[in-house]
Amino acid sequence: MTEQQPKISLRDVHKRFGQKVVLNGVDLDVGVGESVVIIGGSGTGKSVTLKCILGLLTPEQGSVEVDGQPVIGMSARDREETNKKFGMLFQGGALFDSLPVWENVAFGLLAEKRCTRHEAKDIAIQKLAQVGLPAEVGDLSPSELSGGMQKRVGLARAIATDPEIIFFDEPTTGLDPIMADVINELIKKCVRELGATALSITHDMASARKIAHRIAMLYDGKIIWQGTPDEIDNSGNPFVEQFIHGRAEGPITMAVRK
Amino acid sequence: MNFFQPIGRIFLGFLGAAGRLTLFAITAISHCFRPPIYPRIILRQMVEIGYFSLPVVGLTTLFTGMVLTLQTYTGFARFSAEGAVANVVVLGMTRELAPVLAGLMVAGRIGAAMAAEIGTMRVTEQIDALTTLSTNPFKYLVAPRLIAGLTMLPLLVLVGDVIGIFGGYLVSVYKLGFNPSLYLKSTYNFLEFMDVFSGLVKAAVFGVLITLMGCYHGYHSRGGAQGVGAATTNAVVSASILILCFDYILTELFFAT
Repeated sequence: MTEQQPKISLRDVHKRFGQKVVLNGVDLDVGVGESVVIIGGSGTGKSVTLKCILGLLTPEQGSVEVDGQPVIGMSARDREETNKKFGMLFQGGALFDSLPVWENVAFGLLAEKRCTRHEAKDIAIQKLAQVGLPAEVGDLSPSELSGGMQKRVGLARAIATDPEIIFFDEPTTGLDPIMADVINELIKKCVRELGATALSITHDMASARKIAHRIAMLYDGKIIWQGTPDEIDNSGNPFVEQFIHGRAEGPITMAVRK
Repeated sequence: MNFFQPIGRIFLGFLGAAGRLTLFAITAISHCFRPPIYPRIILRQMVEIGYFSLPVVGLTTLFTGMVLTLQTYTGFARFSAEGAVANVVVLGMTRELAPVLAGLMVAGRIGAAMAAEIGTMRVTEQIDALTTLSTNPFKYLVAPRLIAGLTMLPLLVLVGDVIGIFGGYLVSVYKLGFNPSLYLKSTYNFLEFMDVFSGLVKAAVFGVLITLMGCYHGYHSRGGAQGVGAATTNAVVSASILILCFDYILTELFFAT
């Protein structure tokens, strides 16, 4: 695979819920080993974009390709095969509260039957160590952990199967600035060490600047601007300007002001 | 002018819901037979549905058996037919009361818990997380519960039959002054295999209905705590109504001829 073929490629993706058009022709390429961050306000369809790639939602129109393979309309078995390439850190962690932490981390490994339960526990503890959590945490229940620890466990679970592609859904939302930076560092480290392709969505600009090779801004169901974190300050795009400076005044009018 | 519009909308909505439920049921049942199967989770659900429902079902059937005996006696004493009390109690319990009351109690206990658990998993994205971890939610969440419901409800009802008849025996012997051995003998003489069997088949069907409703409403819940609350209510109400509907249909099928 060369730079020519992107790892993930979205072309003219449309998705609507009832009357509400959420994605209105999204075009986006993510190269191998690249870390792309999608920024955009709440409710602009960032999560929907991720879910379309993961196959949790089916777009009405357009194509989604992973490794050059169209994933829309593929059989359930192929879909499961493709999903093995993915790891995802969910916004709320989405840890299984019926299982102890180590089983959460090892869930993907056990589901794919790559190893025995005993080996899985060792790997889980190793992955927990990678995100800076001690082995004792493995035997706790997710509900006993703080928000920051849950995020870290979620991260450990996302990287446990050594996926080729990792999705991060608002990785720093709801964390204090220091913990947010710890998570950012962990994400950077994971991408660097695993050589994985990363696609993140966030509205935290500090986080976006830190983890992104490339930033894309989603507005009104389309990617309206993309560039490197250095370029974003001189984007010349009024929408991007307003977003990164967090101004209430500007071309983006929030529903709340109507 | 638009008098028919709401009727049409409600009717179409009903058809849509019935279709969605049927598709859900077919998908869920088909996943029960295709690997991977999760024995550990099936076992856990069996303990949850079977073992932990024993006290509720036991108490329900015990008091039902007792009150049934008391009421039947009052009625039958008016035309000196006290001898038929054992007959009525054993038929009433095995054919009807044990399966239906156990079903309703378990619907309240298990159907609600299932809808709340799966509903919370839905709104906290845990079900999406399952998919990203190469696990089919139907196989992991729904199929084990259906299998556990199907197998555990008949066992619960079997225990409920025994306890209910025993409740009737207690009241007959210690309160109404029946001869113990005579009462047991007439209970035994009136009992046919078909009476118990029909009750157990009903129980199995109810078990599937309860777990199916719990899973369906949980799986399709949306919108946070309120959505989960609504899913829980819907699961219990729809399971209870379906139990009563299917009770009639199954009785008709078994005994109408």
